[in-house]
Amino acid sequence: MSAGNALTRSAPWRGTAWLMGKLGISGRTLVIAVPMLWLGVFFLAPFFVLGRISLAEALIARPPYTPLFERGPDGSLQIIASLENYRFLMTDALYRNAYLSSIRVALVSTIFALLIGYPIAYYIARAPEPKRSILLLMVILPFWTSFLLRVYAWMGFLRSNGVINNTLISLGIIDAPLRMMQTDFAVYIGIVYTYLPFMILPLYANLTKLDSALLEAASDLGASPFVTFFTVTLPLSLPGIVAGSMLVFIPAIGEYVIPALLGGPDTLMIGRVLWDEFFSSRDWPVASAVAIVMLVLVVAPIMWLQSIQNRREEG
Amino acid sequence: MSQPAIAADTKPWRREGATPFISVRGVTKQFGDFTAVADVDLEIYKSELFCLLGESGCGKSTLLRMLAGFEQATSGTITIDGEDMARVPPDRRPTNMMFQSYALFPHMTVEKNVAYGLLREGLKKSVAYERAAEMLRMVKLEKLARRRPDQLSGGQRQRVALARALVKRPKLLLLDEPLGALDKKLREETQFELIKIQETLGVTFIVVTHDQDEAMTLATRIGVMKDGKIEQIGEPREIYETPNSRFVADFIGSVNLFEGKVDAVAPDMMRIETYELGPVLLPPQAGLTLGQQVWGAVRPERFAISRSKPENTPNTWQGVVEEMGYIGHMSQYRIRLSNGVLIRASQSNRLRDEDPISWDEKVWISVQPSAFRVLTR
Repeated sequence: MSAGNALTRSAPWRGTAWLMGKLGISGRTLVIAVPMLWLGVFFLAPFFVLGRISLAEALIARPPYTPLFERGPDGSLQIIASLENYRFLMTDALYRNAYLSSIRVALVSTIFALLIGYPIAYYIARAPEPKRSILLLMVILPFWTSFLLRVYAWMGFLRSNGVINNTLISLGIIDAPLRMMQTDFAVYIGIVYTYLPFMILPLYANLTKLDSALLEAASDLGASPFVTFFTVTLPLSLPGIVAGSMLVFIPAIGEYVIPALLGGPDTLMIGRVLWDEFFSSRDWPVASAVAIVMLVLVVAPIMWLQSIQNRREEG
Repeated sequence: MSQPAIAADTKPWRREGATPFISVRGVTKQFGDFTAVADVDLEIYKSELFCLLGESGCGKSTLLRMLAGFEQATSGTITIDGEDMARVPPDRRPTNMMFQSYALFPHMTVEKNVAYGLLREGLKKSVAYERAAEMLRMVKLEKLARRRPDQLSGGQRQRVALARALVKRPKLLLLDEPLGALDKKLREETQFELIKIQETLGVTFIVVTHDQDEAMTLATRIGVMKDGKIEQIGEPREIYETPNSRFVADFIGSVNLFEGKVDAVAPDMMRIETYELGPVLLPPQAGLTLGQQVWGAVRPERFAISRSKPENTPNTWQGVVEEMGYIGHMSQYRIRLSNGVLIRASQSNRLRDEDPISWDEKVWISVQPSAFRVLTR
């Protein structure tokens, strides 16, 4: 306490405090300003830039889109903006299919990540202390190697002459290699594998807080372990399920690398469409529109889940 | 029904050959090298309100958890209403527990918490909620049925926990420090309410507590535990008046202990030569031999304090008041005898305008021979 007082009484601090007071800035504002500035510079500003480009038309020029403001023949300033790109996204089946397929892939991956991640998180949360730390470390450990390398490793497993096929053939279970690479199946494996820790960690954080007395109380009141799980453990872990699912669903919906490496030509995902529009077609306005629509598609489920959670907390 | 019959019914442990409702035989529980409960024998009768009393870590909670089925006894048997509980999991036992932390389900309303156990029995929803409402009326919480536990006060939560544990009409209700989280005033009120509910429903209660006042108020009988063993079982009065060891005498209430040897035994009197008080006269007690090491125990309130020497009392000493504490209904004294021994004594403040004995006064203290309890361990 006394050290803190010495600090706040020092001359430079008093000077700063005086200046802040003059400008009407409180310490609280200063603290909140940092994340706000971050969001403003790295999220909001790019978002507006994208939004502006999405209203333009493609042009073979540099930059490759029409300017927002133009002087008319009579010298007046004109704003040129159209929703043509959005109309185009609505009408062209390619984009609709890509969005739907992205949502499907992300949803299925999230469900599988939940089904696999929940028991793991539960087991870790119930494990005794030294073992628990080791298990947690094992969940995080894959992050220490490159993500690309790990996806490539899966290619080694899933290829026609890969580890899985070779093993199955040598055991005589199958005659011809299974086609796993360049299928949706490989994409699911890649996404679930990559994002599983994001499911496990919030679930673990939630389940470790679960009071074991509640489970005993349920059992004492005549609930079998199965019933206890569905009436006590599962409802109480819903915040963890929501958090984990969002952390898997959001990156999965815009995933580019995994479908590009493991998926086939018929694996249509929006990340890939976006890439193609930007770099192959060099149509920045359409690409921007694709990105904006995707943002809306991702934000909508988050807000929906958030509102569920808020409602639960308010009771 | 005649008077003695009722007395015998309410105190079945006094009756020869009465069948206990719960019997614990030779139960031991070990956690690794640590013995939490060591070879405990206990018989509890129907409709009793039995208190397990002891300091934290004495094994009382472990014993309770074994009755509930959360822990398996390392050895020994537990039978409830004649049924061996060894292989019965907690969800099939005829017991319910009220947890120290209450363990109310935070995601359910009060009503759902109480109905939870009934729904697990397969009762129809309407019936379960009707019975839950009935139980909530009994604990006077019917107006809060739709609240969640975090919207309740500590006392209200305690009642919900009690209602939830009682609604299934268990044969045995286990209560782990049921009043521990309540403040003093509320605790005293709740004690009597608990007794009333227990008497109304006739359910057998086993209460674990570290609070001796709580045990004395609630219990039909008390089992004092120490280091995993039961030191003494008895009615509150027996435990207080005739403790069987220095530990029990000291644990329940406050006591003065004097070490000495049996000096002389006569048919109507016995003399103990104590280090602290010199010779003390008391009524003879069976099972003592001449020269045996014993301890004399006297409760502080059994001493009489006076300014003048009392007449016709054999056990009388002189000392100076060193400390005095006025509590209101009574005053506590610490009196230093001339040989340096400190005596704890207390006096009830019966008169309002009394001239109280105070600091540094020279006083006489005396004690009736029958007020001594002779302990051999």
